Amino acid sequence: MDAASFVQRRRRQLALAAVVAIATALIPLIVKDVYIQNILVLTLMYAALSQSWNILGGYCGQISLGHALYFGIGAYTTTILFTKFGVLPWFGMLGGGAISACIAMALGYPCFRLRGHYFVIATIVIAEIALLLVQNWGWAGAALGIEIPVRGDSWLKFQFTRSKLPYFYFALVLASIAWLVTWWLEDSKWGFWWRAVKDNPDAAESLGVVVFNSKMGAAAVSAFLTAVGGSFFAQYVAYVDPESVMGFHLSLLMALPAVLGGIGTLWGPVLGAVILIPLTELTRSFIGGSGRGVDLIVYGTLIVLISLARPTGLIGLFSRQRKAAAR
Amino acid sequence: MTAETIIQSLASGLLMGLLYGLIAVGLALIFGLMDVVNFAHGEFLMAAMYATFGLAVFLALDPLIASPLVAVAMFGFGALIYLGVVRFAMRAKTNVGMVQIFATFGLAIVMRGLAQFFFTPDYRSIPTSWLGGKTISIAGIFLPTPQLVGALISVAAFAGLFFLIKHTDFGRALEATREDPGAVALVGIDRNRIFALGWGLGAALVGLAGAVMAMFFYIYPDVGASFALIAYVVVALGGFGSVFGAFAGGILVGLVEATTAMILPPSLKSVGIYAVYLLVVFVRPRGLFGSL
Repeated sequence: MDAASFVQRRRRQLALAAVVAIATALIPLIVKDVYIQNILVLTLMYAALSQSWNILGGYCGQISLGHALYFGIGAYTTTILFTKFGVLPWFGMLGGGAISACIAMALGYPCFRLRGHYFVIATIVIAEIALLLVQNWGWAGAALGIEIPVRGDSWLKFQFTRSKLPYFYFALVLASIAWLVTWWLEDSKWGFWWRAVKDNPDAAESLGVVVFNSKMGAAAVSAFLTAVGGSFFAQYVAYVDPESVMGFHLSLLMALPAVLGGIGTLWGPVLGAVILIPLTELTRSFIGGSGRGVDLIVYGTLIVLISLARPTGLIGLFSRQRKAAAR
Repeated sequence: MTAETIIQSLASGLLMGLLYGLIAVGLALIFGLMDVVNFAHGEFLMAAMYATFGLAVFLALDPLIASPLVAVAMFGFGALIYLGVVRFAMRAKTNVGMVQIFATFGLAIVMRGLAQFFFTPDYRSIPTSWLGGKTISIAGIFLPTPQLVGALISVAAFAGLFFLIKHTDFGRALEATREDPGAVALVGIDRNRIFALGWGLGAALVGLAGAVMAMFFYIYPDVGASFALIAYVVVALGGFGSVFGAFAGGILVGLVEATTAMILPPSLKSVGIYAVYLLVVFVRPRGLFGSL
């Protein structure tokens, strides 16, 4: 592919993203049902989260199953600052992101020497330690968590009790920012370093890519965005507790959309979230009511079938150049 | 805290550690054979526990008698899972690791769903068994009988496994396949058959562990999740793919858990295990006995 057509393709991606974002923004004009609006908010949130996960897991190839840690840091930072010190959630959001990015680099320092499954298990184990510690942290509400008091609807306090729409639009902006960051990074020197590190770290090192630093960069960006998602979630549900903002299931829910959609691709996480999150919610509501686990059986079977049928992710179905998608 | 209570906890930790080793060794075996991490390993344990429960309640078989039957059934189940799911996951040309992780993870969710469907999410336990609730006193230390017998079964299973790997044709074929799956085909070994048998063996070992666990632990659809992470840590601590590593890793994890429980509140007892895992891999990124 020559340079001109590459630039053209990137511009087309940007145009497509603009169209998708605008079309999504119009959905609430038609869909007034609160239940479906909730699914839409969650789908956008997981699209953003999975996009962030994809920066480290997909582009840089460092599979983390501990991103719940950063989500939790974001959620707890905002909530604690607001409820105990009266700091507005917007500052908490940025603060949580900054703390997460620093912690990601501090943890990355020893962890990025590990490879393969040793790295994956280290990420799980670190998130579990944090979860257990927060569950025993009395000042932060321990296992019961913290409720965010209602102070009236306002953008300043980022609280809306009457409508889900503000949350919907914020989630849309967040997903768009995560997409744009990925789009921008993909063609930056970082993007090229990450792909080199993912494909063959030893070769990358010998060609002068500073493998360690490029992993640290990916981790910081990924953790920052994930924490912002966590802050958003805390505001959205107005309640944080260790299991629901730091549990292992969250780490999986961030990785799964990217994997199902297409790991290390620009649109994979979006596509994966659009399919997976409504599927999760709908199977739970419509066939999970019996409490007999039929929803789990359906959901699990679909994950098995999709991963076997489309190892490169569902994005391959849409790509005219399948080779490019499989790369 | 007296010396007696310390010895008492360490002794219980050792027994639990031997059981952790037995739970984890199937995972290590399968990984060593074909580089696949089975994310449904905890659910294999759960299935074995329910099978033991079913045999105890419906056929009045004591878990001790049921354990070989459960192991045999799990052998068939493991081989079937390889032939029905994992074999296809290995055909992927790209993203092989991810496909394996999510195919087996999906399987885990299906198995949990099935357990909920047939047994409801209620906590079950086997009401009466020969060993359940009994303790034995050895030199002033009280040991729970089910755990003690379980630990002995674990030692026997490991001894049998070492013998199988080192001294039988099947073991040699297993060893050869893990060295070079392509070359074994040239000497007439069917790779798929060895992989299926490997999965069977791995599942049978965790099946044995499940039958023992059913004697003294609650049985519920998510029970596997609580032990799966410990099993991964045991395997990684010992070094991925090393059978001896799983044995040593299991004992170490059991002792660390018992020690942590003496120092920190009980709800934090797993923190010690995780911290030791991190310490070990930061110093030795391949675990204690893993090969490069």
